[in-house]
Amino acid sequence: MNKKLIANKHLKNYAWVILFVIFSVVSYFIGFKPGAVIYSNFNEFFIEMISFIPLLFILIGLFDVWFPKEVLEKHIGKESGIKGILLVILLAMLQAGPLYGAFPVAYILHKKGASVKNIFIYLGAFSSMKIPMLGIEIGYLGIKFTILRTLISLPLFILIGYVMEKILGKDFEVKEVKA
Amino acid sequence: MLNNTIIFGIVTGIALLASFIFDKKKTILGLKKGWKMLFNILHPFLNILILISVVLFFIPSSLIVKYLGANSGWLGFGIAAIIGSITLIPGFISYPLAATLLKQGATYGVVAVFMITLMMVGIVTLPLEIKYFGKKAAILRNVFNFIAAIIIGIMMGWLM
Repeated sequence: MNKKLIANKHLKNYAWVILFVIFSVVSYFIGFKPGAVIYSNFNEFFIEMISFIPLLFILIGLFDVWFPKEVLEKHIGKESGIKGILLVILLAMLQAGPLYGAFPVAYILHKKGASVKNIFIYLGAFSSMKIPMLGIEIGYLGIKFTILRTLISLPLFILIGYVMEKILGKDFEVKEVKA
Repeated sequence: MLNNTIIFGIVTGIALLASFIFDKKKTILGLKKGWKMLFNILHPFLNILILISVVLFFIPSSLIVKYLGANSGWLGFGIAAIIGSITLIPGFISYPLAATLLKQGATYGVVAVFMITLMMVGIVTLPLEIKYFGKKAAILRNVFNFIAAIIIGIMMGWLM
């Protein structure tokens, strides 16, 4: 029963893939031109993806076991200085997902005593320096693009962190938002 | 593309070897975690690739090139910045799209500003952000990040 349920779930997850395969095969046999064009688009993307995605996830897995989140969260308070900045950046780099996924983490950081500056540096690093993101960026846009973009972005969002702390001061508060 | 893959492969290989020498158990755990995450992202990823393949069939590349391509100039830069700021496109859709734009003649500056505003500015998610940080902080963060994105875009266009 349980096995059947899991199999059903996989089937559902891959429904579009299966439909696409059927569509492509049928297009090929009846000589449906748009089908061939769409398949050749897909094929190009797929080869691009498969050439770096497995490598990327090896790196993500290793990063995850060598740098546990709990260890990092201890050292990012108000007196943390440059070490704190480096740590929030590292913490952000370990994560994945869209920027709004970082807001709940910002709340936890705030609760654990992170400075205003470090919270916004964290958001900056999260938005543009996540390891999975950088891996995909290297794959699609090249190493030169990725390194240059990161090097230009980094000082800018550290600056934004300092400016935000200056403007918002001590009244700044992160609220918990419940789903 | 091939060069990048080789460099990336070498980096991954060195990291894997170093990790294995220091701690065999941890390395295997890391590989398992990586595999699990890859498996979880695989079907949405494939669906997205199918979706872009279909969309690209319907949107002629001439249209994209006209608005964001080689001769689009500052108007293209502005359009890219505005679309990037408003919308929210996950990285695994936006990167293939960015690579396609480059192939079709868009400048690095336009592609960079599009990618960076996508990452750093979120008008669609602003209401949620306000709930967490308050109006002032949320709006300030987006405004500063928009300015930063424009600066990065211009510099990328100039340096690439």
